[in-house]
Amino acid sequence: MSVRNGLLALLAEEPRHCYALKAGFEERTGQAWRVNIGQVYSTLERLERDGLVEPTGSGEGAARSYQLTGSGLRQLQEWFAQPVMLDPPPRDELAIKLLLAVGAPQVDVLQLIQRQRAALIRVLQRYTHQKELLDEETELPSVLLHDSLILNAEAQLRWLDLCEARLRRRGLLARPATGTEPAA
Amino acid sequence: MTEVMLRLEGASKTYRQGPAEVVALAPTDLSIRAGDFVAVMGPSGSGKSTMLLLLGGLSDPTTGRVTIDGHDVASLTPRQRAALRRRSIGFVFQELNLLPGLTALENVTLPLELDGVRFRQARGQALAALERVEMDRFADRFPDELSGGQRQRVAIARAAVGPRRVLLADEPTGALDTVTGEAVMRLLRAHCDGGGTAVMVTHDARLASWADRVIFLQDGRIVDDARDADPSVLLPGDAR
Repeated sequence: MSVRNGLLALLAEEPRHCYALKAGFEERTGQAWRVNIGQVYSTLERLERDGLVEPTGSGEGAARSYQLTGSGLRQLQEWFAQPVMLDPPPRDELAIKLLLAVGAPQVDVLQLIQRQRAALIRVLQRYTHQKELLDEETELPSVLLHDSLILNAEAQLRWLDLCEARLRRRGLLARPATGTEPAA
Repeated sequence: MTEVMLRLEGASKTYRQGPAEVVALAPTDLSIRAGDFVAVMGPSGSGKSTMLLLLGGLSDPTTGRVTIDGHDVASLTPRQRAALRRRSIGFVFQELNLLPGLTALENVTLPLELDGVRFRQARGQALAALERVEMDRFADRFPDELSGGQRQRVAIARAAVGPRRVLLADEPTGALDTVTGEAVMRLLRAHCDGGGTAVMVTHDARLASWADRVIFLQDGRIVDDARDADPSVLLPGDAR
């Protein structure tokens, strides 16, 4: 779905051929989403079949350049006009795992939370360090993408904190954590 | 670059609360090296601030030993201990504690003067510290003429002025907005990249992620000590 709309968005800016579309898509989405050239080809074919794009000249194969049609532009505008709905929410494995762990025998929920927290912090450290190496001037999509990744990881961490506090208050974390001494 | 700046060896802290004994920090071993930027996280009452007070020599452990820059804190007289703190450690707190009647420069100069550094030399070092946090052009401003972020920069300059290599910070970004908070993290990061050491207590994971090590405390114990991951290793939650 998003590759399709992504190609429409790029073609709305200027006519492009296949490789330029692949490169443009990856650049504009902060390199977060790799597409292979075959996927771009087949998507373009479908867009052409549906009357949303058309070739600009007589070039063949990779040299063939495409532009948006009137109905392609309308579909693109419609896509931008629609908010992205998170309702129903996408399946969240962490949430499901934690919910099932609560009350499950032989699961140390506190340890589960703590392990998840440590793993998320490591990921967050990586995103933060990567983001520091980016230049907001020339790599804005990557900066914005990292902001998104960082804030999502932070949201999960805050949710873990909240879970711990609630479970603690309800006496569901009775088992004390087994402390591990740090490596010196 | 690998010398140990701060060390806890079986260091614990117990408080008496009426008839009960409260363990603020269970016996803990911890080594923090020059160049380390360490964040300490954990719920309220987990022992974060207690750990910071022990590391800074501001509080004595109930058991065990605290070593600051090679000095066993317990073996020092109160006067020697105060001198060690002044020379080795800078503190940054949420409440800034800049003296309102002194300019930014005078605030930064003060700890050096208290340590007997001559005025000219102290002033030179203070200006250099302000320059490192890009506040030298505000040297003559009073605290109430500065924004929150600027005041925190001055506080960091004061903490890091002169020969001090260790910064201990308790929620150093307080009520600052995100961008200003990040600027404060960048300063702590730069301090450590230059061979200094910083230990920061925070509840904010996003800020903690600036550190090389993130220590989690729970009920007075270290339950995790996360070091910066090898970027080539994919981790749970890392979908990309």
